[in-house]
Amino acid sequence: MERKIYLDNASTTYVSNEVLNEMMPCFNSIYGNAGSLHSFGRDAMAIVDRARDRVKEAINASKANEIYFTSGGTEADNWAILGVAHANANKGKHIITSQIEHHAVLHACEQLEKEGYEVTYLPVDSTGLVDLAELLHAIRKDTILISIMAVNNEVGTIQNIKAIAKIAHDYNILFHTDAVQAIGVMKIDVQDMEIDLLSISSHKIHGPKGVGALYVKNGVRIDPIQFGGNSQERGKRAGTENVPGIAGFGKAIEITSRNCIINNKKLKNIRDYFLQRLEEKVEFFQVNGHPHQKSNAILNVSFYGIEGESILMLLDLAGICVSTSSACTSKSLLPSHVLKAMGIPDEIAQGSIRISFGTNISKSDVDFVVDEIQNVVAKLRAISPIQAGRM
Amino acid sequence: MYSKTVIERFQNPRNAGGMHGANAIGQVGNAACGDIMKMYLKINDNGVIENARFKTFGCCAAIASTDMACDLIKGKTIDEALKVTNKDVMDLLGELPPHKIHCSILAEESIRAAIEDYYKKKEKETKQAIKKSAKKVEE
Repeated sequence: MERKIYLDNASTTYVSNEVLNEMMPCFNSIYGNAGSLHSFGRDAMAIVDRARDRVKEAINASKANEIYFTSGGTEADNWAILGVAHANANKGKHIITSQIEHHAVLHACEQLEKEGYEVTYLPVDSTGLVDLAELLHAIRKDTILISIMAVNNEVGTIQNIKAIAKIAHDYNILFHTDAVQAIGVMKIDVQDMEIDLLSISSHKIHGPKGVGALYVKNGVRIDPIQFGGNSQERGKRAGTENVPGIAGFGKAIEITSRNCIINNKKLKNIRDYFLQRLEEKVEFFQVNGHPHQKSNAILNVSFYGIEGESILMLLDLAGICVSTSSACTSKSLLPSHVLKAMGIPDEIAQGSIRISFGTNISKSDVDFVVDEIQNVVAKLRAISPIQAGRM
Repeated sequence: MYSKTVIERFQNPRNAGGMHGANAIGQVGNAACGDIMKMYLKINDNGVIENARFKTFGCCAAIASTDMACDLIKGKTIDEALKVTNKDVMDLLGELPPHKIHCSILAEESIRAAIEDYYKKKEKETKQAIKKSAKKVEE
């Protein structure tokens, strides 16, 4: 069989067997509607409650009722931004976020601008970090929410979340963080980090797709953005609970937090070995993101003189799956907004690919991949009008 | 997303690389949009394109489009080559996703840019020749 190597774990991951086993009974045995009063419903609710407890433990929330299940990270981000803005409009209509957020946050903010809110998009430095002085500078009397992601999905830079939350609270502002890429990558403790709202997703951590959660600290005012049954998720998030998904998510987050330290060690070893091999074999490239304050799972590399999508395609033809942050794959033709915000020139940003590791990657996999990258880069450079050595 | 022909052309382009002795070189596109195409032509004294090659910085569709454009103009006269449009490129490639159509347009533009360069060089040569002959007359 043709060798296939998946290096796009920041996009999504496979569902682990333990998680699948947790989910299976919910499809045909414990299939009740968690909102029903009868035994089938109560059994389903018990599963949802157990998952809620597991999420609570994983992020060290003080109470399980601070966890609201959603359809995923996007809904959690949308809800945090829109819901908090709507519920607190009487206090002010100004929101602060960063230029490198996921589009689930950025586009929700753009929606708010259409509704008459004002949004400040903080710049980042060349490593992808938000400057705290800039943040202080942006705070106004009518600022109601600061939303800064914990771990960037393209370059892996980890923000100083605790410090940002502290600043927010000094000024009586709510703090939300998109932690979709952070679970398993760093220890998340919402109490210690003073986080008011936190978005997480299941399918990034070997759980099923279509489920995520928003942590909302008790006492935080948030309006719903989805309407229907009044009983679901304590009246805050309508829609029949996705019981199999929630069960799987609960298991996945429990396993991921349990293995956080050991997995990170593994990922760091893989990434370091990868980088060492790459440096031996390929010339003229740069690693984007913070040199050390970053996720061990993500490696964003720009190869000079060539374009990311063509690298991705040739690697794919060799059985290797990576992703490109260059928007050439999406409908817009502009380079990645993250790399742009970091001040990386267009021609270098266009040559970037994101390699995101899983713990199942072996050294021999890395050798194979780096050899292929060497071939692909040489092939594309031979037909490029831009000379890599001159960049 | 891409047709078989696009992938095939991208993977094994027939006309990739620069050219020694090219007398017409045109470059279009910019890095911000992610595509830079450089077209190299060898045009003979009868105005026939004897050879066409390319260098492209860009995505799969960009590389396949320029490769196909080279095939389309080889053996043609300048006038015939100027009639080649992005639609001809697309027809031969099968299909391009809507947001990649600009790649075929750039390929068309690269042909024109190279021919423009050819005429500019010709003009320069002619002017130099006139200067030379004028000098001779003075002497």
